[in-house]
Amino acid sequence: MRVRVDRDRCQGHGRCYSLAPELFEPDEVGDGVVVGDGVVAPGQEEAARRAALNCPEQAVVIEEDA
Amino acid sequence: MSEAVRPVADYATDFDHHGAEWVADPYPIIEDLRRRCPVARTERYGGAWMPVRHEDVAAIAYDTERFSSRTVVVGHTRPPRDIAPVGVAPPISSDPPFHHGARRVLLPAFSPQAIAKLEPGTRAFCEELLDRLEGRDVVDGAAEFAQHIPVRVIADMLGFPQEDADLFRGFVHDVLEGVNDPLEERFEKVQALFAYLEAQVQDHVTNPRDDLTSYLLEAEMDGERLTPRHVVGTMALLLLAGIDTTWSAIGASLWHLARTPADRERLVAEPELLPTAIEELLRAYAPVTMARLVKEDTTWNGCEMRADDWVLLSFPAANRDPEVFEDADRVVIDREVNRHAAFGLGPHRCLGSHLARMELRVALETWLARFPDFSLADPDAVVWSPGQVRGPRRLPLAVHR
Repeated sequence: MRVRVDRDRCQGHGRCYSLAPELFEPDEVGDGVVVGDGVVAPGQEEAARRAALNCPEQAVVIEEDA
Repeated sequence: MSEAVRPVADYATDFDHHGAEWVADPYPIIEDLRRRCPVARTERYGGAWMPVRHEDVAAIAYDTERFSSRTVVVGHTRPPRDIAPVGVAPPISSDPPFHHGARRVLLPAFSPQAIAKLEPGTRAFCEELLDRLEGRDVVDGAAEFAQHIPVRVIADMLGFPQEDADLFRGFVHDVLEGVNDPLEERFEKVQALFAYLEAQVQDHVTNPRDDLTSYLLEAEMDGERLTPRHVVGTMALLLLAGIDTTWSAIGASLWHLARTPADRERLVAEPELLPTAIEELLRAYAPVTMARLVKEDTTWNGCEMRADDWVLLSFPAANRDPEVFEDADRVVIDREVNRHAAFGLGPHRCLGSHLARMELRVALETWLARFPDFSLADPDAVVWSPGQVRGPRRLPLAVHR
């Protein structure tokens, strides 16, 4: 599983980095960016889903492994 | 004094967000509108619309081509069109492309990293307010606690004298709640606000210091200093937008906890649940309704909108939409999926949302630690603010020991 932030949709609500700080962090203006390469470590899947489900702009994208 | 609001016959065709029933409790009206029409209309204020579905509120928030932000508070007059794209209080009143740059200037000062630095001072101030309430059986959670917190925080950020707090609260009331005041009176009150801000700017020009006002005076947009009008307009925004909104959110949360012992007891027992609960309280009692002006005659969702019609963006209505939220009318303090729009949607997302969340969390943490058991002293004595920012302005709470 991987996560990414759709930069065109993100408006800096900050839900992703509040709910899943291992996966997301704020940039200098408060927009969400992924930590590292966005690969979700085992045990972080639920946090990734919560971040996606709580983004008001639906900017958090989860890519399940094929 | 505000002129009395003419009674509303039917909120679907004649709504008034200053109407007595709406001010007391808008949610039953919103649910009625949701069933009967998804977009309410009124001829008041020179013509206005109010969608109540989340999808429609979002669509208008995103559509900066057809809907202008040149003013966001519904009144009986519109500012001249040539005030766009800057507007009276940039960037809230700005349209693209100006909006992006004006917002970019401010974002670093309101980032989560910047706001975290303000938390210790905010906590100390909350404790100081609570110290003053010790030993009393009945305290006003709105007037004696909630309202003081954002006033102090924003005054410190802007570098304004703390003793001017009463003045700021007066400005908020005049600008946001006084929309039905006689026009001449309203004009004079807004002039008083801008005169105050000009004086603060002068003081900061003479004595620059490490605060937001001096930052704005030095800030550049597209390689140039901000115009004096831009600086003062932004200061007006920062002073006004953060005060009654956050005050309302803190007050509404205390109101809910005062009348819902199960939720209050759970938060006292499980303080780690507070951040989740705060999101739910923001969803259920979203304080802010924004407004847009229709740019040109247009047909939107079957509505024949005329240029300069208002559109109210009711985030409170969007947040109770059963299409988006399970059990939308129930407060579920451990709600896990909560895509609420209390801070708006799209490019105008509340600039101060990280600040507001910090203030709300610290206020509730300190209050619950000090007064874990409280209830409404007199439910009929609770007074809610009218208009586009909704929260309790009188909230007598009985504190039990």
